[in-house]
Amino acid sequence: MASVAHTEGAGAAPAPAPHRRARVTGTRRRWAVVFLLPALVLLGALVVYPIGYSLWRSLYDADGSGFVGLGNYADVFSDRATLTAVRNTAIWVAVAPALVTALGLVFAVLTERVRWGTAFKLVVFMPMAISMLAAGIIFRLVYEQDPAQGVANAVARSVHDTFVSSSVYPNARPNAAVSDLRASGGGSFTTKGTVRAGTPALLPLVGIAPGRLPGAPEEARAASGPGVTGTVWLDFVPGGGGTKGRIDPGERALKGVTVEAVRDGRAVASARTAADGTFTLPASADGARLRLPGADFAAPYGGIDWLGPALVTPAIIGSYVWMWAGFAMVLIAAGLAGVDRNLLEAARVDGANEWQVFRRVTVPLLAPVLTVVLVTLMINVMKVFDLVYIIAPQPSQDDANVLALQLFLSSFGGGGNYGVGSAIGVVLLVLVAPVMYVNIRRLRRERRP
Amino acid sequence: MTALDSTVRAPRSLASRVAGRAAGGALRVFLVLIALFWLVPTFGLLVSSLRDPADIAASGWWKVFTAPGQLTVRSYQSLLEKDAITHALLNTVWITVPATLLVVLFGAMAGYAFAWMDFRGRDGWFLLVVALLVVPVQVALIPLSDLFGKIGIFGDVIGVVLFHVGFGLPFAIFLLRNFFAEIPRELLEAARLDGAGEARLFLTVVLPLGAPALASLGIFQFLWVWNDMLVALVFSDSGSQPLTVALQQQVRQFGSNIEVLAPGAFLSMVVPLVVFFAFQRQFVSGVMAGAVK
Repeated sequence: MASVAHTEGAGAAPAPAPHRRARVTGTRRRWAVVFLLPALVLLGALVVYPIGYSLWRSLYDADGSGFVGLGNYADVFSDRATLTAVRNTAIWVAVAPALVTALGLVFAVLTERVRWGTAFKLVVFMPMAISMLAAGIIFRLVYEQDPAQGVANAVARSVHDTFVSSSVYPNARPNAAVSDLRASGGGSFTTKGTVRAGTPALLPLVGIAPGRLPGAPEEARAASGPGVTGTVWLDFVPGGGGTKGRIDPGERALKGVTVEAVRDGRAVASARTAADGTFTLPASADGARLRLPGADFAAPYGGIDWLGPALVTPAIIGSYVWMWAGFAMVLIAAGLAGVDRNLLEAARVDGANEWQVFRRVTVPLLAPVLTVVLVTLMINVMKVFDLVYIIAPQPSQDDANVLALQLFLSSFGGGGNYGVGSAIGVVLLVLVAPVMYVNIRRLRRERRP
Repeated sequence: MTALDSTVRAPRSLASRVAGRAAGGALRVFLVLIALFWLVPTFGLLVSSLRDPADIAASGWWKVFTAPGQLTVRSYQSLLEKDAITHALLNTVWITVPATLLVVLFGAMAGYAFAWMDFRGRDGWFLLVVALLVVPVQVALIPLSDLFGKIGIFGDVIGVVLFHVGFGLPFAIFLLRNFFAEIPRELLEAARLDGAGEARLFLTVVLPLGAPALASLGIFQFLWVWNDMLVALVFSDSGSQPLTVALQQQVRQFGSNIEVLAPGAFLSMVVPLVVFFAFQRQFVSGVMAGAVK
């Protein structure tokens, strides 16, 4: 068998550094061919050949019959749909990697200070394991428009309702035939006549099915007493019967309705109806008109239109951050573990506070790791496809478009234009070319010390 | 590289410890909130997959906190009764297993050649492999559609597998060559002196010693292919499509078919999550080394 050409003293030899030609074995070339052939043939046919083919194909028209020169590239940068894709890809590259890296840095630094840091990392890193499709479905549900379905809008609504009182009875309206409540602008209703102390006002409403009233509504009761009082109720007896405009047995009270006393167009007092539908206004309301403000009937807060044209890209970037923050965190934490603690401690001894230590010592020491993370994410973000394809609903797809998606749409998703598709592919390749170059240069430097 | 458990506690002076106690409480609350924030989206889908369609339509998934009786596995049962879904799940396996094994095998062979064999142009070839590390898969969609169409494997599982092998190889070769290069020279020489040929050397010395790197690579490649949607979307047809593509076709009617999408997504997530929790260390190092893809 092959003889050992030179032994360099067993045990003394350093681990074969990658930069040295490791010429131990004196192998026959035949074996090198056998070992390399499958990989090189596959790489040639499945990666190298497609690059060349794309370059060539991008110079021909949709079906490949006519030579168009750089026409497809001109299309990429002039067509409205592709321009949106170019713009959105630029937004992605500018925003997502920086956001993910910043979050990863914060998490990595903070988890060092709690004992259950590993559990925290596990939770944040978990999304890396699942497919973009699954993440897409997860976030379609999060961003669902209906606040009763999507958790994002459920939170948005509860925040909204904390600051703006929500309407209790959307769709309710007075029965114009029997009540003197008339529409008075802004969704509100005002009585034509005025209210007198000691004569309870009757404010019948219709338009809601009794079964849809929230909670367990009480039966409506006529108000009594000497003050300015009245009743707001649902003027409808289930099963029929009763007299319109009168409080009949079985008719339900509407509680929580705001009733305002209005004089010369200004509200002078207001009250809310109790569980039995009655309300009591102060004596100063005597002789005023009663108004049910629009807020009583406004449609409920519909939540934020996350996946509408304006917010769809930020929303999808949000889901990307959710997926990749763990990646940045783990890489940065590994870098942080290699940082010399004495440097941090020295800065603390010199009187630096934690923020200054972080800003002036930790971050500069981590700069190489941060750069690697940032660049890796940038390459990754240029190719983002699944998340956009899954999360953006059909009507917002054009607004959320990115280059990788546009390539798919123009070539396979009904477009059938291989010319423009190839041109977009080449553009993507050009975008990652600098990283390719840096990788090669770094390797060469390592090999020739 | 250190994995998830790289917790290093800095020594603190007595003075800073007092002030730190108060800040520590706020920090803990903050981190717990973040962790919840990270869990809620997945948890929401999980709960949704365990509710009846009628319940889903009537209220949000958080309703189960007050009505835990709603939880049921009926959606999973009816999902697994759908032939299209079970067939797609099988396709996922048929695509993922060969695509992983072939990449590990061919990557190991080439990695060994680049690390320990002597042949002309070795450095040049390896630089080419490194250059191919970051080529976006999108570049190859159109050319390989044409190519696979011509040789008649478009729409076939073989085409999808080949595509994944091609784009898995650069990273595989890069990772394994670097790992194999660290194998002590004496071990290889000793085996050679014992009369081992190249094939036996590779099988009995290099592969066992390279097991950790092979495992990291295998896990990374497995998850990469298992989770892929784009490649399969282009290269598979209705008979060969994996689970991701089958589910993707349902997304268009999102809202009316959560009872399919939610358990379907979880079905596709089960294997990656099991791999994640079982092989945390290899998974993390694989993802960290391979994220350049």
